Amino acid sequence: MATRTPPNGAQVQTRPTYERFIDNQHTYGTMTDIISEVVLSPRPPMFWFLIIALSFVFVNVFLMAITWLVLRGTGIWGNNIPVGWAWDIINFVWWIGIGHAGTLISAILLLMQQQWRNSINRFAEAMTIFAVVCAGIYPLLHTGRPWVDYWLFPYPNILGMWPQYRSPLCWDVFAVSTYFTVSLLFWFLGLVPDIATLRDRATHPLAKKAYGAAALGWRGAARHWVRYEQATNLLAGLSAPLVLSVHSIVSFDFAVGLVPGWHTTIFPPYFVAGAVFAGFAMVLTFGLPLRAAYGLKDFITIKHIDWMCKIMLATGLIVFYGYILEMFFGMYSGNIYEIALVNNRLFGPYRYFYYALIFCNGLAPQILWSANLRKNIPVVWILTLIIGVGMWLERFVIIPMSLSRDFLPSNWGYYTPTFWDWALFIGTMGLFTFLFFMFIKVLPMINIFEMRDLLLRINHHDHKANGHDDHHDAGVLAPVTVGGGNGVGGNGHATDGKVGS
Amino acid sequence: MSSHHNHEPVDPTFGTVAEFDDPDALLSAAHRAHEAGFRHVEAYSPFPIHGMDEALKFDDARLPWATFLGGLGGCAIGFLGLYYTNVVDYPWNVGGRPLFSWPQFLPITYECTILFAALSAFFFQFALNGLPKPYHSIFNTPNFARATQDRFFLLIEKTDPQYDSSETASFLSGLRGVINVSEVEK
Repeated sequence: MATRTPPNGAQVQTRPTYERFIDNQHTYGTMTDIISEVVLSPRPPMFWFLIIALSFVFVNVFLMAITWLVLRGTGIWGNNIPVGWAWDIINFVWWIGIGHAGTLISAILLLMQQQWRNSINRFAEAMTIFAVVCAGIYPLLHTGRPWVDYWLFPYPNILGMWPQYRSPLCWDVFAVSTYFTVSLLFWFLGLVPDIATLRDRATHPLAKKAYGAAALGWRGAARHWVRYEQATNLLAGLSAPLVLSVHSIVSFDFAVGLVPGWHTTIFPPYFVAGAVFAGFAMVLTFGLPLRAAYGLKDFITIKHIDWMCKIMLATGLIVFYGYILEMFFGMYSGNIYEIALVNNRLFGPYRYFYYALIFCNGLAPQILWSANLRKNIPVVWILTLIIGVGMWLERFVIIPMSLSRDFLPSNWGYYTPTFWDWALFIGTMGLFTFLFFMFIKVLPMINIFEMRDLLLRINHHDHKANGHDDHHDAGVLAPVTVGGGNGVGGNGHATDGKVGS
Repeated sequence: MSSHHNHEPVDPTFGTVAEFDDPDALLSAAHRAHEAGFRHVEAYSPFPIHGMDEALKFDDARLPWATFLGGLGGCAIGFLGLYYTNVVDYPWNVGGRPLFSWPQFLPITYECTILFAALSAFFFQFALNGLPKPYHSIFNTPNFARATQDRFFLLIEKTDPQYDSSETASFLSGLRGVINVSEVEK
């Protein structure tokens, strides 16, 4: 089992690589080499510098947008009466939804013993944290006076007042800050053994010191591992209901209101499904180029992409079902305002946004039924961008479309974004990209110790399967396999070989 | 060596460490060490090895309890805090709703429960493990840098009642899959 291969054994092809979560003959050592090399190599690749430079430009756009906002107030945005919530809230919901895939991968898939997640959870969790940072900025700025945002928290004050906790907007404060804190703790906990690995491999004295301090003296003792796993499982168990509650509470911001199109009970589950849908799309949007650029195809395999596509298909269908049910609710309610909203979506001034939404989130993901297209990387990558746009459109359809046409026609208005709406949104994208690429430079983007664990399980499994190397179950680890079937229709070697390398 | 140790001879030995390159070998070595009567035994590995807690007869449920109590405390703080702020200290009539509208308090109570439970799990994990601890004698083991990469180590401490420098070393050398045995100083 423990056959040695050179550190970069990418060319050594001894088994069929389809249906595997770790390709090629890796050992604990080779995996550690490859993953930590991304961090410890003295000179990052050229494209890293390009991306950092480009995203830093947009970080500056972001800072300018905030500065101008603080100087001039929210009037620089397109928000108006009646559309008091616009891109600020759309983008808040969009970003926070993107974060949810990271928690789903790190917590829920861990509890379900889906070890295949081990190679994608680290960077997905990092995306969660950065997405929540981008999300949290919006409501803080939308208050109009961000310098008194601490009023959101209950603290004894000379004003003699407390926040009103019958409002979902105040629930958001607790939901988002708890989500950020717990995600950060979980992420750091997962990093400690890997930081210890970097401490022991770093050659630069400064790097040795920095990783040494961050590793907290981790030494991999068995008794430590026991408590460490207890803590990991406890945090996973706490994060799983947390992630469901966060987007449910975000959806309460709308569902508790009376505006047509908002006051529906389907919002919490459909928001959560949409969040996971968008989040997996974003994980693939970043993950697909990264695995190619950093030579991580052995760890993030075609099978991972295949399974993530299946999750996107499943959550996408839930979201599509939500759209259909919204239409049904509206018509079936017998309420003239709800019926008017359905008409407004289909035939109103923003109808093309609605049609685009149905295309992006309803129709386009249906191509994922094809096993061949799920393994076609360019197709999947373009689809993830379409889904990202689609989920943004969903929030647009919910927020300005409903607000611009509420109960009284004399109240009706129209919303168009301004330059500063665009600047701040593109700025947050720049911030997200900048933080993410800084992260992959200083910390391992794949969880190394969990990959060693995965390798051990694969080896034990192969051992049990009588050592038939090309046996069909070589890559199946989890007790529950999504889709179940192995090696049927289009899962052949040729597909993998052609697409995956 | 140094003058302030002149009262009694100082034994610098920390223990004897065996090195393996396979997790299964480490696991069976831990079992063997316990069967042989050693009690101050610790195993070091680059990832958690299932069954090692049994091999070392280590069982500790304090962390789950601390997390549970943390969650309970968070729940109480959340709910009582809402009650105090919105019912007792600042009773504000919002649309004629009852002041003690407890269902409206549940989302924040829930979030506080999770927040405090998670903080407890995180900090008690480090506290019970005695971390951060920048220096530990085990780091003096030759090749121990690979304990966080691809090697597996078994330590028998000198404090073990059955410890004997040469006999313990020969016991460890006889284990299956052992690569190297070395005596480690404090």
